[in-house]
Amino acid sequence: MTTFKLEIVTAERMTFSGDVSEIVAWGTEGQMGILPHHIPLMTMLRPGDLLIKKGEEEQYMAISGGFLEVGLDKVVILADACERAEEIDIERAEAARRHAEKTLKSSPSRMATAAAETALRRSLVRLKVAYKRPHR
Amino acid sequence: MANSQIVRRRIHSIRNAAKICKATEMIATARMKRAQEQATAGRPYADKIRQVVSDLALQPEDNGNVHPLLQKRDTTKTAIIHITTDHGLCGGLNANQNHLVASSILEQSAPVILIVIGRKGKGFARVTRRDTYAVFTGISDSPRLQETLPISRVIINGYSKGDFDLVYLAYPRFTSAIKQTPVMEILLPVKPPPSPAPQAREYLYEPSPDVVLAELLPRFVEMQIYHAILELKACEQSARMVAMRDASDNAHELMQSLIMTLHRLRQENITREICDISGGAEALAR
Repeated sequence: MTTFKLEIVTAERMTFSGDVSEIVAWGTEGQMGILPHHIPLMTMLRPGDLLIKKGEEEQYMAISGGFLEVGLDKVVILADACERAEEIDIERAEAARRHAEKTLKSSPSRMATAAAETALRRSLVRLKVAYKRPHR
Repeated sequence: MANSQIVRRRIHSIRNAAKICKATEMIATARMKRAQEQATAGRPYADKIRQVVSDLALQPEDNGNVHPLLQKRDTTKTAIIHITTDHGLCGGLNANQNHLVASSILEQSAPVILIVIGRKGKGFARVTRRDTYAVFTGISDSPRLQETLPISRVIINGYSKGDFDLVYLAYPRFTSAIKQTPVMEILLPVKPPPSPAPQAREYLYEPSPDVVLAELLPRFVEMQIYHAILELKACEQSARMVAMRDASDNAHELMQSLIMTLHRLRQENITREICDISGGAEALAR
């Protein structure tokens, strides 16, 4: 199995570092998969879920925007914020989703609408990832 | 004797002060460790983003448009971000920062406006009657990036609007637990850091280098401000630790000398009393 090194870093800490065989992320042009020996690439990431595969092992993470850089044998994700599925607080994410939805319903100004939409997207991603985690 | 009572009272009060200093020192030591770890944890991100920015800045400009955050402008107003602590009892940390900022204000050719972070800097601005553009206080001891984003937003917006044309970032750099160096760097316009080794391979930029750079630059600024605040937090705790250690050492020294004084007073008393008694006994025997 060919693998490549993946590092996920945020301004606060290094969230993930290890060898993986495939990742699937949300780029600006849509969902994209990256396999070993990908050509060097630098792309922006949309808020979305990130699938990390190592052989049969699958792991999901929630990413709220950032950048993805594919180097020669290493992939670095510069994330604005990144959480592993098990780290996500479902109740908080639900609360954030409800709050954003309520804001949107009250027909706010354009700025507030944009902010609420981003918040809504982020909370939806978190929830999606959180519900994908293996049940204990 | 009234005199020895005064000395006793002083010893008592100094002992209490020493206890407080010792406790503060221990708290600062524990927090310093955490603050230091936090400052180093963000380093991989900082290194990477710096490298990408310098790679991208090397890209030829295809349409001659320079991103506003990179563009040099004639300076009609300078802003200095003055980062200080909220609380005192940390030695000369804030005094050094104030000194650096005060002397560099004098060097500027353009009028200066301050952006203050921390209560101590707020006091400095008030005392020196400096205009402030914004004041931020009450940042927690281990700040999340989220907490510093409003600060970055205000600065980036102010710069884009043209409220100031040059922004300096003044903060204490954590050199070691006993040494903090006040530094001042240019934050805006962004000066791409020199790339250590020019990348030979071509990158595919998606959607385009311009867009990536435009998205990356604000984050680069945010990261620098966040990092400066983390450095400050580490400096604050280590400076407090050292200052409190010195203070409790001094208190112990003072206590020792006061205890000596007390003993001397007591001895003098005893001697005097013995003299009295033996003098009295002799007078009676006569």
